[in-house]
Amino acid sequence: MAAPIVQLGVTGPVIPNYGAGSSSCVVHNHFFCADWVGHNWGPVLWPALRGHVVLTLVAVAIGFVISMTLALAAHRYRLLEQPTILVTTFLYTIPSLALFELLVAPVGANVYSAEIALVSYTLLILFRNILAGLREVPAEVMDAADGMGMTRTQSLLRVELPLALPAIVAGIRIAVVTTIALATIVYTIYDAGLGVPIHTALGEGPFKTELIAAGGLTVLLALVADGTLVLVQRLLTPWAQVQRS
Amino acid sequence: MHEFVDAFRFILHDGAVAGQPALPSLGYLTLQTLKIGVIGLAISLAVAIPIGCWLGHLHRGSFFAINTGNIGRALPSLVLLAIGDVFLGLGLTVVEVALVILAVPPVITNAYLGVDGVERDLVDAARGMGMGELEVLRRVELPLAVPLISAGVRTASVFVLSTTTIASLAGFSGSLGDIIANETSYHFSGVLGAAICVAALTLAVDAVLALIQRALTPRGLRKLARERRVAARLGQAVAGASPIPS
Repeated sequence: MAAPIVQLGVTGPVIPNYGAGSSSCVVHNHFFCADWVGHNWGPVLWPALRGHVVLTLVAVAIGFVISMTLALAAHRYRLLEQPTILVTTFLYTIPSLALFELLVAPVGANVYSAEIALVSYTLLILFRNILAGLREVPAEVMDAADGMGMTRTQSLLRVELPLALPAIVAGIRIAVVTTIALATIVYTIYDAGLGVPIHTALGEGPFKTELIAAGGLTVLLALVADGTLVLVQRLLTPWAQVQRS
Repeated sequence: MHEFVDAFRFILHDGAVAGQPALPSLGYLTLQTLKIGVIGLAISLAVAIPIGCWLGHLHRGSFFAINTGNIGRALPSLVLLAIGDVFLGLGLTVVEVALVILAVPPVITNAYLGVDGVERDLVDAARGMGMGELEVLRRVELPLAVPLISAGVRTASVFVLSTTTIASLAGFSGSLGDIIANETSYHFSGVLGAAICVAALTLAVDAVLALIQRALTPRGLRKLARERRVAARLGQAVAGASPIPS
């Protein structure tokens, strides 16, 4: 069988190439062709979705470790707060597409520059939320912890961090959702994420089905991730539920 | 770092590339980006600030006001532009609509939080002085909410300018993104030069907005913020000073 070799994830050729399963719906570029999604879920959409999730998880995890370190330092030494806010705000202000390209010169067009850019957008959100959470712990509670003879580390781990958890998770939610949205631009410098099929679809006309499928998956992923984090927060802070009811 | 030298040379030559005579100049594209962004931002503010402030004034619709912000963040601008492209064809109108959709949520959320968080005692005092609802909003709540409202506006301005450049990836022509999306004609030095211009433009707009914020913030509030900073530095807690309700 002389089936044409389908190039996946490669920038659109001049002649439209809708991938495997060219039904009449696909050829006529109707609004949405479920059969195309069925045929291309395995070879195109699933790898893109998986790549998107990995990009997001790595970025938020690294961003969280950095922000937590900075926030704990700023919580103890207030002098560090303003400079950190200044630097992270500056990073947050650089437009995404520009930042990706700016990183290509020193780092190269690879996964590292993609992750550096994504991480730099999480820092401001996470740092502000973690610090706000730690600051909002009531002074009486801290006095009680002192009175119970807790050391500084003990009261941090057993009092401050648990009480700051809702604010921290709120920050992670915003960071995750923002990163999922931003990761669609990663394809400009590195071949990964749901931006790849979006780009292919745009190069082909645009090919509506692929565009809507990939775009819809991005939004869906953001909503699912957000919902999951809400559940995680409820499980981690059972006392908050008791208070509310 | 050789690339950066070439990028700055590209900027100095106003975007002229050897062997590509007919390309629009860098200065022109920068001004176009600014124009498209400012129009989008102006429409967004005209829509979002009244809604957010009025909801905040009534202390109603917190679920709506806060969650539009969250949903707005989940919308990838590239997807939004691409879908606009499918339905209407990608012209200036579709780009502006996308800009407004992305910029309205953070402004509504912050305007709501700002006005909603104004101390009730102050509002009661204003009513006691015989002010009507609109007067309370205009002369008491709005000035006090300036820091938060302008934080929303500044976030929105970043969204707007980065989306204007991303529009080129979806096939819209007439912004600095044209250069970033067209490495074949402009080479890497041009892409880098345009990226530097986008970043500089965004920081400049942010700086202008910061100045406007300063001019609009009531003098008393500015003094209060300074005192609070000093107090924070000394490690003292200022009772009841938190402007944002938790």
